[in-house]
Amino acid sequence: MLAVLLLHSLAAVLAPALVRWWGRQAFLVLALVPAVGFGWLLAQLGTVTGGGEVLESVPWVPALDLDIALRLDALSLIFALIVTGVGALVLVYCARYFEPDDEGTGRFAGNLTAFAGSMLGLVLADDLLMLYVFWELTTVFSYLLIGGSGTKLAARRAASQALILTTAGGLAMLVGLIMIGETSGSYLLSEVVADPGDGPFLVAGTVLVLVGAITKSAMIPFHFWLPAAMEAPTPVSAYLHAAAMVKAGIYLVARLAPGFAEVPGWRPIVLGLGVATMLVGGYRALRQKDLKLLLAFGTVSQLGFLMVLVGGGSRELAAAGLVMTLAHALFKSTLFLTVGVIDHATGVRDLRRLSGLGRRLPALAIIGTLAAASMAGIPPLLGFVGKEAAFTALWDGGLPDRTGAVVVLTGLVLGSVLTAAYTARFLWGAFARKPGLDPIEPAELIHPPRALFLAAPAALALTGLLAGPFSPLLEPLVAGYADDLPLIAPEAEKLALWHGWQPALLLSALTVLGGAALFAARTVVFRTQRRLAVRASADEGYWNTLQALDRLAVLVTGTTQRGSLPAYLGTILVVVLALPGSVLLFRAPWPGEWRAWDSPVQALVGAVVLIAAVLALRIRQRLSAVLVVGVTGYGLAVLFALQGAPDLALTQFLVETLTLVVFVLVLRKLPKDIAERHKPHERAARGVIAVAVGALMAAAGAVAMSVRTATPVSVDYPEAAYDFGGGQNIVNVTLVDIRAWDTLGEISLLVVAATGVASLVFLRRRTGSVDRLDPVQLARDERTSWRAPRGQWLSASAALAPERRSVILEVITRILFHTIVVFSLFLLFSGHNEPGGGFAGGLVAGLALVLRYLAGGRYELGEAAPVDPGLLLGVGLLFAGGTGVVGLVLGAEVLQTAILETTLPVLGDVKLVTSLFFDMGVYLIVVGLVLDILRSLGAELDRQVDEDDPIDVAPDEVILR
Amino acid sequence: MTPTVVLPVIIGGLYAAGVYLLLDRSLTRVLLGFLLLGNATNLLLLSSGGAAGSAPILGYGDPEEMSDPLPQALILTAIVITFGIAAFVLALIYRSWRLVRQEVVGVDEEDRRVARRSGMDADEIDPDDLAPEDRPAMHADTLAADDDAERGLARHYSGIASDDVDLPTPRSNP
Repeated sequence: MLAVLLLHSLAAVLAPALVRWWGRQAFLVLALVPAVGFGWLLAQLGTVTGGGEVLESVPWVPALDLDIALRLDALSLIFALIVTGVGALVLVYCARYFEPDDEGTGRFAGNLTAFAGSMLGLVLADDLLMLYVFWELTTVFSYLLIGGSGTKLAARRAASQALILTTAGGLAMLVGLIMIGETSGSYLLSEVVADPGDGPFLVAGTVLVLVGAITKSAMIPFHFWLPAAMEAPTPVSAYLHAAAMVKAGIYLVARLAPGFAEVPGWRPIVLGLGVATMLVGGYRALRQKDLKLLLAFGTVSQLGFLMVLVGGGSRELAAAGLVMTLAHALFKSTLFLTVGVIDHATGVRDLRRLSGLGRRLPALAIIGTLAAASMAGIPPLLGFVGKEAAFTALWDGGLPDRTGAVVVLTGLVLGSVLTAAYTARFLWGAFARKPGLDPIEPAELIHPPRALFLAAPAALALTGLLAGPFSPLLEPLVAGYADDLPLIAPEAEKLALWHGWQPALLLSALTVLGGAALFAARTVVFRTQRRLAVRASADEGYWNTLQALDRLAVLVTGTTQRGSLPAYLGTILVVVLALPGSVLLFRAPWPGEWRAWDSPVQALVGAVVLIAAVLALRIRQRLSAVLVVGVTGYGLAVLFALQGAPDLALTQFLVETLTLVVFVLVLRKLPKDIAERHKPHERAARGVIAVAVGALMAAAGAVAMSVRTATPVSVDYPEAAYDFGGGQNIVNVTLVDIRAWDTLGEISLLVVAATGVASLVFLRRRTGSVDRLDPVQLARDERTSWRAPRGQWLSASAALAPERRSVILEVITRILFHTIVVFSLFLLFSGHNEPGGGFAGGLVAGLALVLRYLAGGRYELGEAAPVDPGLLLGVGLLFAGGTGVVGLVLGAEVLQTAILETTLPVLGDVKLVTSLFFDMGVYLIVVGLVLDILRSLGAELDRQVDEDDPIDVAPDEVILR
Repeated sequence: MTPTVVLPVIIGGLYAAGVYLLLDRSLTRVLLGFLLLGNATNLLLLSSGGAAGSAPILGYGDPEEMSDPLPQALILTAIVITFGIAAFVLALIYRSWRLVRQEVVGVDEEDRRVARRSGMDADEIDPDDLAPEDRPAMHADTLAADDDAERGLARHYSGIASDDVDLPTPRSNP
């Protein structure tokens, strides 16, 4: 079974390619796939009718106890035969339905084959959750098939309507399935049905599962998606919306009926909705003028009929239900395919425009008439056998409650009258000659149907014809399922065409005659229908619900999303105050004793930091505000040092300096002052929130300091750092070894930030290295003097305007630059054992570049670092990542450190720790980040001023503002 | 561990100043607030990570007296990342200034548009309000008929019972 399912999915994947190679003939190959399944099922017929079953189980998610459990018994076999048989024939039909030049045929073929596989899986699944998965897969493929290429609004809407309704039902079903599974203690369908358990949970679960079944099988009040789905091509209507998918609900009800029919609520829902659906569907089918819509409402009606039969919960009704299901699949798909042929041949589906087609296409007329006769319940077709069995069952028993049986029987007879009437309307509309309307001329047939096109409907119609007289052969198969249910009638009637003169025969005759009468009086019927029509329908209700949801969504979004960042942030902060704040207030263990400070210096620095922070609030001059914020940063560096964190102090100091420089680079382009844009009451609200948050965080900090009791995770770090990491600076070893994964993520973030800066500043191009001086000019300079000439201490500062040059700065830079770079390398290499490391080293090298840029301008930056920053960032990431991969290749953990120690001549003992390469990656990335920022916020800004770069956009250019 | 008074006060002060600036509309002040918040958070992390001690470098002191290296490693990367983000926000500020001569976080127009929105997506419009060819096929049955089409059809095809409006054109028209 699993192999057949896998074959379907493989075929579905290959289908688009096959269609590309072989055009529409590919459908013939694809048809082989369900045909193989059909053949395999026939081979199992002996086992199953003998009372056996075929089981397969493959573990799927062992942790969840979820298996791919497949089970083939009599019920599954009947549905699987329908799914594969009709599927194969419909695929054959597709090979002629589509024109060679149709668009999207490949996608269609793939979806249809995948649907066939999912549907097969649905009827074979023995696990409740597997059943659900296949159930939703059919929904998804139905959506794709109805929507088609997505270019037609009507098709899109029909597709999403079907999707929303059936998925909503499917979700209800999922909840129901889980409730049932939990109640019965098993998720195997066979075990659940054998012993469902009891209790309110089971009742609720059953009702929810039924919701899924009635949405899928288009029972009222959810019936309207099925006619709307007729937007899909006819093969889809014939297969999904007549034979297979809409039967999923019928299948589920039939599957559960042996165990669940006695659950309170089951019979009222199933029987009530079934009868009502049958009547409403038949009534509305009578007033359709599109042949396909007529059939669609007919399908709705018949699904109601089937629901009553399979949900009744007695042996005789279930047997009738299975026969009817088979009959319906045969005749309804035939009729849809017939309409497809008519549509294909004439381009018309409107029964008011078709006339005399029976004479033009006699073979098609015969096929259609055979199927229609089965639908109306005329002997000797299978439809007659099924309907007869249903009437007999209800006449003799059928339901535990006699009154209920009589009511249901009356409903079914009335529904069958309507069925006969719309059958007549269909035949008359499709094939009859109509007075006052010219018959279709041979020349009007665009595509006269060929043999292969008619093969599928012909085969289906013939099966329906033969299955009637040979219906006793179906008995063992049907009994294999139906015998699970209690017999209510005095005795079980065997399936047969002729049971002698009995009440059911009279009822059958009554339905056909009544239908004929309704058809004969069609003008009167139509007028009455029109008079009785109400301007409300379930469809209107659906759209109104969706619109109401949409309005609600707009209302909620419009109310909550005010578009103001301060308002959003304020809301978040107020929530922080309310929730963690109240916990802190009422539940936190407050410290019992306090110390004033660790050292007086700490208090002094703290005072400076706080004063600077207050000044940052008051100062409106941009640069001064940045400076006071910088003071808090430097103050923090001192606090770090006092706390015993030299690496942090060093890094903080370097970063603070770089931040100041970068700020200055940008702020020189902005106005001097920051304008006040807030009203006093806004400022007051901000102040209240700010003070409250500050108090909250101070309290949180105090509590956090006092409640530390557990042993820190880092207690073994000093030992591990030296033994495994080969370094004495524990913080550095932590960065490049113990927690190297963290660092890898963080340096990746730096790469992203650097790229982001460049992308924001460079409006038009964003790669390449920094501009350099014209090589010709450079060469001339080099010719005149090998060394830097007097007055020109830096190689490119000559390009600066004289008033922007500073000789002192140039000299200092000239002297210090290389020293600083060497120092940065020293920090990098010594960082494993002393304060320093890749971050600090990179920042120092970055500061060296800053110095060159400040002293010599943008060309000088190009001379100092004639390299694309992107390259530095990439190589850095490669180094860091590569260290990890190499460790992996050598058989160790990712990013594990190896210590290589050897004695070299001259150098003596050399100890190489491989995490040094990781640190070099960090170093390169930090240098790349600084260079990228200088290139963007420094050099590029200069260039935009120098070259008066316009920001006016070219007509075809898009710059995101 | 006995908490000091100084560190929570510094943390609280930095947080309060940071939040106040963060709630401003000027991007420069938002960024300054962000930096203050970053500093405050780093200090909070470090102080709640344990008491002050000697530098966590072997050979500088007894491992028992060292300050905890783990928060330090976390803070070290946080400092550098804050720098990267600050540069990014500065680039944002510059871009905003260069293109629209503003450096404020204005009101999000898109949000205001949603609040004002009256029309809906085509997929949610009542079928009655759609062009006939866009209505779902079965919707014809809800009697929201196009009267002109109805009369025309009645004139051309009299005697055939139907109250439906025109159908979507069949697929295989030449």
